[in-house]
Amino acid sequence: MSTNEFTIKDKVAIVGIGETKYYKRGQAPVSEFRLACEAIRKAADDAGIAVSDIDGLASYSNERNDASRVAAALGLPALHYSNMFWGGGGGGGSGAVGNAAAALVAGYAKYVCVFRALAQGQFVRFGQAPAAKTVSGPAAYTMPYGMSVPAHWVALRTRRFMYEHNVTQDALAAVALAGYHHAQFNPRAVMYGRPLTREQYDRSRWIVEPFHLYDCCMENDGAAAVILTTADRARDLRNKPAYLMAAAQGSGYRQGASVENAPDYASSNFKSLAPRLFAMAGISPRDVDVAQIYEHFSGAVILSAVEHGLCAADEVMDFFTFENITWPNGKLPINTSGGNLAECYMHGLELVNEAVRQVRGTSTCQVKDAEISLVVSGPMVSPVSDLILHG
Amino acid sequence: MAHEDAKSPYYLPTGMPAPKPAPDGLDTEFWDAARRHELVVQRCRRCDAFQFGPEWICHRCHGEDLGWHRVSGRGRIYSWERVWHPVHPALKDACPYIVVLVELPDADNVRMIGNLLGDPMRDIAFDAPVEAVFEDHDEGFTLVQWKLAG
Repeated sequence: MSTNEFTIKDKVAIVGIGETKYYKRGQAPVSEFRLACEAIRKAADDAGIAVSDIDGLASYSNERNDASRVAAALGLPALHYSNMFWGGGGGGGSGAVGNAAAALVAGYAKYVCVFRALAQGQFVRFGQAPAAKTVSGPAAYTMPYGMSVPAHWVALRTRRFMYEHNVTQDALAAVALAGYHHAQFNPRAVMYGRPLTREQYDRSRWIVEPFHLYDCCMENDGAAAVILTTADRARDLRNKPAYLMAAAQGSGYRQGASVENAPDYASSNFKSLAPRLFAMAGISPRDVDVAQIYEHFSGAVILSAVEHGLCAADEVMDFFTFENITWPNGKLPINTSGGNLAECYMHGLELVNEAVRQVRGTSTCQVKDAEISLVVSGPMVSPVSDLILHG
Repeated sequence: MAHEDAKSPYYLPTGMPAPKPAPDGLDTEFWDAARRHELVVQRCRRCDAFQFGPEWICHRCHGEDLGWHRVSGRGRIYSWERVWHPVHPALKDACPYIVVLVELPDADNVRMIGNLLGDPMRDIAFDAPVEAVFEDHDEGFTLVQWKLAG
């Protein structure tokens, strides 16, 4: 067996994408579980398969709507694969897709659906600390000091990087403005019809320096889903397949060390993944035509781009300009649906849907002749994941 | 604004979650030492590696005999942030406040989180030297805070 066979490259494709209407937090008129089922049904419709063809389910971040309940509710004839990517946050968005791909290549299942449903209006909000009176374990060393939510640790990592590489607020603003710009073309986006100017950005309140309000993802209700199958099945389905060139997941050396003790701290945690990702894909970073990079907070996009070789650490200020990262004229458009900042915070799975649209040629900010589409999921958590699609 | 009320002995208001040693006993000594105004860091008795946060095994040599080593309490600001949005009800009138990530050069540069005492609006330099300050709470625990070294 040649080492070539130990890959998912070109063996699997995303053949269907679906999502519910995206809502502001608390505005979904139906339960989170119903949203999950709706997104899955829509993804099956988009693929041109019956819901009953789905025989695998995968998700991430402790998805509440577990596979057995979903399979029972949808009356799936059988569940041949069910899988949850470890870790919190959005780090598993691409990883769940990668796990689905591995299951298909292994022959466990024929059609695997990856889904994520999130109604922050119905459950706990990520941006609020729990109301516990006492706290033990790693959180005992952070929460009593008012350091307790993702914005806080992402800001600390981002600031150290900004200090080491002379990055200013302008680069962060470019990420925020790009997301809002792209959302103005996307009727699905929660911020559609709500353009953002640099003046509004500068005037907006600080959440935690260096993040203004508009550097932070939204809180939303909704669900998204994708369906994967093997390349041979994909060819006969309704839509142009988005083939997986590569998927990677994992974490660098002790990135999970508690109380902010990852030795390589000013990092998005992609240094150990990106080389594996591009090696499997057999391309270089400069071949990427369009990128969807998870933005819980703008700064994380910058570190992720650097660690994926899209720009050098000391070139951030030249690369991260509004003109360079926006459709239609930018050299590398980033987050072309509006992403977590302005389309919907569907925990980054909406970024996978957008990456598929780009290789299909159906994005509302369609990059001309886009062939290679990068997704980066959940920077600065552990583990993280990423993937590359091609048309 | 944090620490504005000179009558409060605490940097942040009361009502924040109080630290409690882990039920499995992993870090009881850290909190007991803080109560004695001593800063300690976990250290492997076999290979002398420091580690923080505490863990049941040495990440370097896999030794399971881990002790606690008293350190000077002198560090430097590895990163910092000014927090403006209250994420806990007790912080409603306490913003902005400063969170610092402090590196301890005499303990293999392990890092700790705390607040930087003083005016939250002043300029703060990366790598600035700081010293630990022990903030005793009436509820029976002590937080490790930081002040700029003189």
